[in-house]
Amino acid sequence: MKFDTPAAQNPIDRLTVIGKATDRIDGPYKTTGTAPYAYDWHDPALKPAYGFVLGAGIAKGRIRSMDLSAAKAAPGVIAVVTAESAGQLGKGQYNTAPLLGGPEIAHYHQAVALVVAEGFEQARAAAALIKVDYDAAKGTFDLAAAKDSAKPAKIMKDPGDTAVGDFEAAYAKAPVRVEETYTTPDEAHAMMEPHASIASWEGDKVTLWTSNQMIDWSVGDVAKTLGMPKDKVRLISPFIGGGFGGKLFIRSDVILAALGAKAAGRPVKVALTRPLMFNNTVHRPATIQRIRIGANKDGTITAIGHESWSGNLPGGRPEAAVSQTRLLYAGANRMTATRLATLDLPEGNAMRAPGEAPGLMALEIAMDEVAERLGMDPVQLRMLNDTQVDPEKPDRPFSKRELIACLREGGERFSWSKRVATPGQVRDGRWRVGMGVAAAFRNNQLMTSGARIRLGPDGTVTVETDMTDIGTGTYTIIGQTAAEMMGVPLDKVTVRLGDSSFPVSSGSGGQWGANSSTSGVYAACMKLREAVVQKLGLPAADAVFADGEVRSGGKSVKLAQAASAGEIVVEDAIEFEGLAKKYQQSTFGAHFVEVGVDAATAEIRVRRMLAVCAAGRILNPKSARSQVIGAMTMGVGAALMEELAVDKTRGFFVNHDLAGYEVPVHADIPHQEVVFLDEVDPISSPMKAKGVGELGICGVGAAIANAVYNATGIRVRDYPITLDKLLERMPDAA
Amino acid sequence: MKHPGEFALNRRDLVAGASACTALTVMPLTARAEAPIADRAVKTPVSLTINGRRHDLELDTRTSLLDAVREHAHLTGSKKGCDHGQCGACTMIVGGRRINSCLTLAIMHQGDEITTIEGLGKPDALHPMQAAFIKHDGYQCGFCTPGQICSGVAVLDEIKAGIPSHVTADLTAASEVTASEIRERMSGNICRCGAYSNIVDAMTEVAGRRA
Repeated sequence: MKFDTPAAQNPIDRLTVIGKATDRIDGPYKTTGTAPYAYDWHDPALKPAYGFVLGAGIAKGRIRSMDLSAAKAAPGVIAVVTAESAGQLGKGQYNTAPLLGGPEIAHYHQAVALVVAEGFEQARAAAALIKVDYDAAKGTFDLAAAKDSAKPAKIMKDPGDTAVGDFEAAYAKAPVRVEETYTTPDEAHAMMEPHASIASWEGDKVTLWTSNQMIDWSVGDVAKTLGMPKDKVRLISPFIGGGFGGKLFIRSDVILAALGAKAAGRPVKVALTRPLMFNNTVHRPATIQRIRIGANKDGTITAIGHESWSGNLPGGRPEAAVSQTRLLYAGANRMTATRLATLDLPEGNAMRAPGEAPGLMALEIAMDEVAERLGMDPVQLRMLNDTQVDPEKPDRPFSKRELIACLREGGERFSWSKRVATPGQVRDGRWRVGMGVAAAFRNNQLMTSGARIRLGPDGTVTVETDMTDIGTGTYTIIGQTAAEMMGVPLDKVTVRLGDSSFPVSSGSGGQWGANSSTSGVYAACMKLREAVVQKLGLPAADAVFADGEVRSGGKSVKLAQAASAGEIVVEDAIEFEGLAKKYQQSTFGAHFVEVGVDAATAEIRVRRMLAVCAAGRILNPKSARSQVIGAMTMGVGAALMEELAVDKTRGFFVNHDLAGYEVPVHADIPHQEVVFLDEVDPISSPMKAKGVGELGICGVGAAIANAVYNATGIRVRDYPITLDKLLERMPDAA
Repeated sequence: MKHPGEFALNRRDLVAGASACTALTVMPLTARAEAPIADRAVKTPVSLTINGRRHDLELDTRTSLLDAVREHAHLTGSKKGCDHGQCGACTMIVGGRRINSCLTLAIMHQGDEITTIEGLGKPDALHPMQAAFIKHDGYQCGFCTPGQICSGVAVLDEIKAGIPSHVTADLTAASEVTASEIRERMSGNICRCGAYSNIVDAMTEVAGRRA
C-alpha cells in the first residue's frame, strides 16, 4: 500500500482498541522470566559451547603476533578464532570498524579473539591465557585538541552546512545577543542486556539467536561480513533487553558466534561482558557546540546559528547536533555547520535521539540565556518564536505543530507562574530550589514496513513481521492494530516478531517503529479485509468488521467463517511517498523540571518532572507514557551523571562498567508526569500517529540545567552537571 | 512462543552424572574422551533447591550461582546484566534474603533454598508483584524485570521485618513503606529503560494490599 495522500476516515478511527491504555500482551512472560532473550535459548538440540571474546589492549596499531598455545591447551577449549584463522571477512554496511580486529587494530577493546570451550568458566580462563604482542601506534583521542582539524561533514543525505538569509550581518546588528559554547560528553547506551548471540550452522546456513533492533539490515550485514548470500542467514530476536540504538547494527558477538560455531563444528553462544561493551561497541559521540542567537528587544529572534564539532573513526558519521536548530524556532537569518574530526576512540554511532538529544541540551540552555538577557519569561520566548512552517522553506508547513499548546498546558500544570525569575531566591530547608523549562523536538521518520496476517478457521488473527520490540511495547500496539482492523478482541490476536523469516519491517530506531510498523500491519489488514469480504461474497464498500463479525449489505457473518475452508494468509507493506517532502513532520513537547541543590554540598536532586507531548495519535497511552518517562530518566542521566571518561593518552573509555559509568537509579528519579495532547496527524500515516520513543529525551537535559541555574545562579555549559562544577561558585550556604 | 521452561534438565543425564560423581571424576556425557585430567578435577557436585525442586548439578567450581541456575538448571529468568554485582538483574532470593547471584559461587550454596523469578509465579498464575508490574507498566524491555520483581518482593519483607535503610529516619520505630524507602532500597536494581516511577507505583500497590 502506498501512502501518498493524507489519511481519510478509516477503521482505526473507531478507537475501540487503539488509543486505549492497554497492558502489554508480553507482560506475563517478561514478569515471570519466561520471555526468551538471546542468551536464554536452551533448546536441547543446540547444546552450545561457550565463546568468550578477547578485546584489544591498545587503541591503535598492529598485532605483531599472538601466542594461542596456552589457550588452546587449556581445559575444555575447543577452538580459538582470530582474524588470521577466520580468513577474509567483509565489513557490514552499517559498521565503521571491522568487528574482528587484527592485524590492524582500529580501537581499544576491538575484538581480537574468541575462545570456544565446553564451559563458560573454561572459555573465560583460556581467553586470559592468550598473549598478544602489540605494536601500538600514536592515535588522536582528544576532541578539543582535534577540533581545528575537523572537516565539514554531511548529516546523512543532508548538507552539513546550511544557511538562509545573512546570519553574520543580522547577528552583528541584533540588539540582544548570546554567544556561548557548550559541551556534551561521550555517552554509553548501557542497555541492561549485553550484546549476545547463539549461532548454529546447518550446512551452509546459519541461524543466529541474537538481540537486534533492525533484523533485515543485520541479516544483510552478517551476510556481507561472512561473505555469504543473505538468504542463508536467519536472525531470530523476539525479545531485546534494551537497545537505544546500540543494537541497530550487528556487533562482534554475532560474527564471532558464527565464526566460533563454524570452527567448533557445533553451536556456540557468545555474550559480550559488561566491561567490554563500552569500548567494543558504540557510543554517543561527544560534542562541542557553539550557539549564537540574536534577537530584537521584543524577543523576536533575527539570527540563529549553531555549529557542532564531533569526532569519529575514519568513515564514521558526525553527531548531528545542529539538526533541530534548522526547524525549531523562527528567524529570518540562520546557519548551521557540522564538523567532524578523526578520532581513534571506539566507534561513535546512534544513541536514543542522535543529534537532537545533545543538540537540544545546548540549544535549550542558549534559549534560557536569551530569555534572561531579554528579561523575558523563557516559556514566553519560545512561544513568541514559534513557526508553523519550515523556517528554511516557508512554503513547507509542519503537518502538525502544537509546541505552543505543550508549553501552555505544561506551564499551567507545573505552576510555572510560581517560578522566581531571579536565580538563587528560593529555599526549602537545606535545598536551593529552581525550575527549568525546555522545548522537546524530534522528527517523525517514516520507513517502509511489511507484515503477514493469517486468519485462522477459529477466527484468530496472527501477525508476523520482522519488527522488533525493544521495550517500546511493539507487541501490544501491533496486536491492537490488528484487533481494531479485523474487529476482534485483543486476546484473539497473536503477534510474532523479530524473525528474519517474516516480512521485512521498519525495525526499531529513530522513533519510527511504532508508526511505521503498525501502518504496515494496517496495510496487510486492509488486504485481509478485502480477501474476507470476497470469500464471504459480501459487498466491500460498506463492510464493517466488529465484534468478531463482518457486517455488510444488511448481513452479518462471523469473521471465522471466511477461513472455514482453510487459513487465509495475506502480506502487504506500507510505503510512504511524497508527503514527507511536502510537509515537515515532527513531534513536539515541553519539559518542566524542578530541582533542589543542597546549599552546602551542591548535591543536585530532581524533585519534579513533567513532559507534555504532541506526537500524533497515541496508540497505547500506557506504553507510550512509559517511553516518555524512560527517556526523561535517560535525560536525567545525561544532564547529571553520564560521561565516558576518555583516557586521552591510551585512547579508551576508562569507566567501562556500570559502577564507573553512572546511570540513574531508583533514588535519582521522582514521580514523573506525562501528558499527551489530543492530536491526530493524518499526514503522517493511516494510523495518524507519529513517533514518541525519543521525544522524551529531547530537551529534558537542558530543562534540568536551566533549573539548576534558576536554583543557584550558576550556569554550567559542560555536561554532565556534577556538583564539583557548582561547589566553588555556590552562593553562601547561610 | 517458546519458553525456557520447556527445556527442563534431562533426567537421564542427571542420574548418570549423580551415580558417577562419588569418585569426583565424572565427565558429562558431552565431554570429549580425550579431555585432560585438569578438566575433570575442577568439577564438583552441587545440590541446589531451586523453587522447591532439588537440582543435582556437576559444576566447574568457578561457576557463579547465576550461571549454575541459568546455564545448568536452565532457568533463564534471572539475567546476567553485568556479572559484577552492579546492576541487580541477577537478583534471587536465597534463604529469604535477596542477593546478587552473580557475586556468589554456586558451591557456596550447597543445599540452599533459592527462589528465582520462575518460583514466584507463572504467566497464568502471577505473583501479586508480577501482576502489579504488568498493571503499572513497571518494565519496558523486561531484562531487569525479574531482578526488580525479586528485589521488590524481598524489599517489602525487609521493611516488614523492621530492617532499616539509609533513609529510615527513626531506627527504633517500625519501618514504613514510603516512596523514598522503596527508591533507596531498590537502587541496586538498575532499569536503563527508566521504568522507576512505575515500579514504585507497583510496589506501593502491593504493599497496600498486604497491609
